[in-house]
Amino acid sequence: MSRFLPLSDRERENMLKEIGREDLFSPIPQGLRLKEDLKIKAHSEKEVLDFFKNLAEMNKNLTSFAGAGVYHHFIPSAVDYLSTREEFLTAYTPYQPEISQGTLQAIFEYQTMMCNILNMEVSNASMYDGATALAESILMAKRIVKKKNTVAISKGIHPHYIKVVKTYLKNLGINIIELELKDYATDIESLKQTLSENGDIFAVAIGYPNFFGSVEDLKTIVPLVKEYDKKAIVITSTTEPLAFGVIAPPGDFGVEIACGEAQSFGNYPGFGGPLLGFLTTTQKHVRQMPGRVAGQTVDVDGKRGYVLTLSAREQHIKRERATSNICSNQGWCMLRATIYLSLLGEEGFKKLASLNYSLSEYAKDNINKTKHFKVLNTKPTFNEFLVQTDVDFLKFRDLCIEKGVFPGVHLAKFGLDKDKFLLTTTEVIDTEDIDTLVEIMESVK
Amino acid sequence: MKTLREKEKLIFELSVEGKSGIDIEFPVEKKDFQGEYKRGGKIGLPEVSEVEVVRHFTRLSKMNYGVDDGFYPLGSCTMKHNPKMNEKVASMEGFLHSHPMFSYNLVQGSLKAMKVLQNYLCEITGMDQCTLQPAAGAHGELTGMMMIRKYHEKKGNPRKYVLIPDSAHGTNPATSTFAGYQVIEIKSDETGCVDLNALKEAVNEDVAALMLTNPNTLGVFEKNIKEIADILHEKDALLYMDGANMNALMGVVKPGEMGVDVMHLNLHKTFSTPHGGGGPGSGPVCFKKHLAPFQPVPVVEGDEKDGYTMNWNYPDSIGKVHGFYGNFLVTLKALAYIMAMGGKGLKQTTYDAVLNANYVREKLKDYYNLPFKSETLHEVVFNDKYQEEHGVTTLDIAKRLIDYGIHPPTIYFPLIVHGAIMIEPTESESKEEIDYFIETMKKVAEEAKENPQILKEAPHFTPVRRLDETLAARKPVLKWKGEGND
Repeated sequence: MSRFLPLSDRERENMLKEIGREDLFSPIPQGLRLKEDLKIKAHSEKEVLDFFKNLAEMNKNLTSFAGAGVYHHFIPSAVDYLSTREEFLTAYTPYQPEISQGTLQAIFEYQTMMCNILNMEVSNASMYDGATALAESILMAKRIVKKKNTVAISKGIHPHYIKVVKTYLKNLGINIIELELKDYATDIESLKQTLSENGDIFAVAIGYPNFFGSVEDLKTIVPLVKEYDKKAIVITSTTEPLAFGVIAPPGDFGVEIACGEAQSFGNYPGFGGPLLGFLTTTQKHVRQMPGRVAGQTVDVDGKRGYVLTLSAREQHIKRERATSNICSNQGWCMLRATIYLSLLGEEGFKKLASLNYSLSEYAKDNINKTKHFKVLNTKPTFNEFLVQTDVDFLKFRDLCIEKGVFPGVHLAKFGLDKDKFLLTTTEVIDTEDIDTLVEIMESVK
Repeated sequence: MKTLREKEKLIFELSVEGKSGIDIEFPVEKKDFQGEYKRGGKIGLPEVSEVEVVRHFTRLSKMNYGVDDGFYPLGSCTMKHNPKMNEKVASMEGFLHSHPMFSYNLVQGSLKAMKVLQNYLCEITGMDQCTLQPAAGAHGELTGMMMIRKYHEKKGNPRKYVLIPDSAHGTNPATSTFAGYQVIEIKSDETGCVDLNALKEAVNEDVAALMLTNPNTLGVFEKNIKEIADILHEKDALLYMDGANMNALMGVVKPGEMGVDVMHLNLHKTFSTPHGGGGPGSGPVCFKKHLAPFQPVPVVEGDEKDGYTMNWNYPDSIGKVHGFYGNFLVTLKALAYIMAMGGKGLKQTTYDAVLNANYVREKLKDYYNLPFKSETLHEVVFNDKYQEEHGVTTLDIAKRLIDYGIHPPTIYFPLIVHGAIMIEPTESESKEEIDYFIETMKKVAEEAKENPQILKEAPHFTPVRRLDETLAARKPVLKWKGEGND
């Protein structure tokens, strides 16, 4: 225990004398003070490491086709080494810009990269995750379109994100309408009908690509919403932004808030956290945006530098009238994403996206040749798609696990259909892995 | 703070077409994404090799200052040492590649770690249960306040108001708004504590809760906390404790024994996980039994013998506040720290943190004004009153400290102190380092008299000097727009 405490007993004694307070805790009434020590045993470093090694071994890591919001990608060694430099890892929020230019310039570079990937004008410096980024995006849209009070959310958005949105909106008197799906994408007819029946909608939120992997028809959806009310805002929520290496980004279609989860960019699955929520928008709406943002400026000598800016939106200035209560964000995950995207670069990003897509198409073709499994998406997909089976999924899954393969995420885990699962192929999977999975699919009856 | 290179171009400015920092093999037949949703044209990512990426981010890192560099006395932020062991634990392969949607039998290690940490946090706080789902302190506040709202709703009336002392962090009022409440500010008394009479007057059946930071942001322990809880509970209003300052209490008192109904902890403050230049943090919420039905789902259950699982069946839950289970890898670091310290070690931590803060207070009280004279615990708040006559402000003092290789304290907070300088040395500093800080602060006070200009122009030796924040906000440039961005 004393290895993290640099005072010696002698120093403690002398310092207490200098303070001249007999009882250091005299500000705390005696009656409140604990009579016994906390019941927690101290451990040497070796004991701590052994404990965690044991836990880590209790986890089983298989050849994984799991996605559904968190993705296994290969992470170049430079990401780990650079991001764990103490100057980045152990620094505070860059409120003192003169000694935080490293963090601030990295944020500025991240903002630029995210804007370019999504074809949007402004990005903030991160949100907690994709789910809270969507909730905050809806609240932001509400601040922009003040007079209306209902948000329409596609059922194609990640079910956990919808749950989080409901939690956030419930106490604020904002209504939620869920938009029906047809063939695992937002049903355009049902959207038209909702818009014609309800005059109160300030925003429409669409998954792009959606939870089931389908590339939604933004070319139709955005004009429909804008015809309905030119002030109404289309929000897209993306769980796998690597898709935009091959798929046209939300900004191409007039989407005004594009948010989602960027864990795919240089961050490990880590049992679901820490993740990297992103939120991008247009210049016009920047003052309604939640979260921190870095901006370029000059110092007293005229030298270029970066600061946290537009802080008049934030809780430490605006208190109860702030655009969000967020303070700590996911800064270090954002740094990892910036390093990762720098390594990939223009061509690497496109090539990696193309590889993910090609593997997925290979898997789809082969799965469709099996007797008991078929792919359900009718629209294009990126690296994730929906599979239906007429065999007992849990038995099939356990058979896969025995063979060291995790076949994908069961929709029943989200309270949805028991005969369907989401299957993801990233570059950590190769064709042999896919062949193995297909063999198991062919072996079950 | 001088670095060998005083300027580093943006990564985009280093870009040369045709280069890449990664080699990707293509072990499958290439299929081109076709159709009307195909992306065309340039994306706008930089083209650089690994060498350039490594040099770029290494040089950027050298323009930063972390806890490993030296003294970091940020009041209310508890910038303590981040043990290296923590990083080793959180980068074990078994945790990194653990997928949140794997079947529970594949993630028993992750679930056990969560359960063990929850139990320790309950032991430390004296609360009954704990959720690790909130990703940061403010997220924990929101979770806790939503649970309070649900508690009142179940009794038929969510109520309208949340009481917040005027010394509170900005997140408290912002959180209350986002939980659907209106804020009523409670004035501090002359000792910097909650004014009991003002509180009595404010509490009624429309008040849902009081959000209290204890010790408060002046470092003063709210010694009437039991009376405060009683006043609230009499009208069935609840006591929320902001645990930002838990580093002053561990092993000495338990909030759960002082009438607190629900509180959050900041694992990135009290429990030694690194701040990462702004996050990720982790803001577990600990609560008493009567709030348990309202906690976020899923809830980790089970034991080693029968296995661990997650229970989604909490019909009165506020729902989910995070896409999965929170910042799991961050919580591992906190668990490693707690196990290393043990109960006695945590108490010694608190003792040393309070000792260091009071030593600084004693040594500097003749050089800087103490606006509140009450005895303090783990932090001390001065202001610039003595320096005012020389035209020197808190900001100038903070910037001059940078010249001496010290991170400035928290400044201009709490808002109830004009020109506040809020110092929290934490337990992580050696006497040598603290004495260096004290001598430096004295020297700066002397300079303020003799040569105020040198403070006004500080810092002198940083990669950039004072930056024009007004320009940044008035004409926002929030991304690189190509050559000529300067």
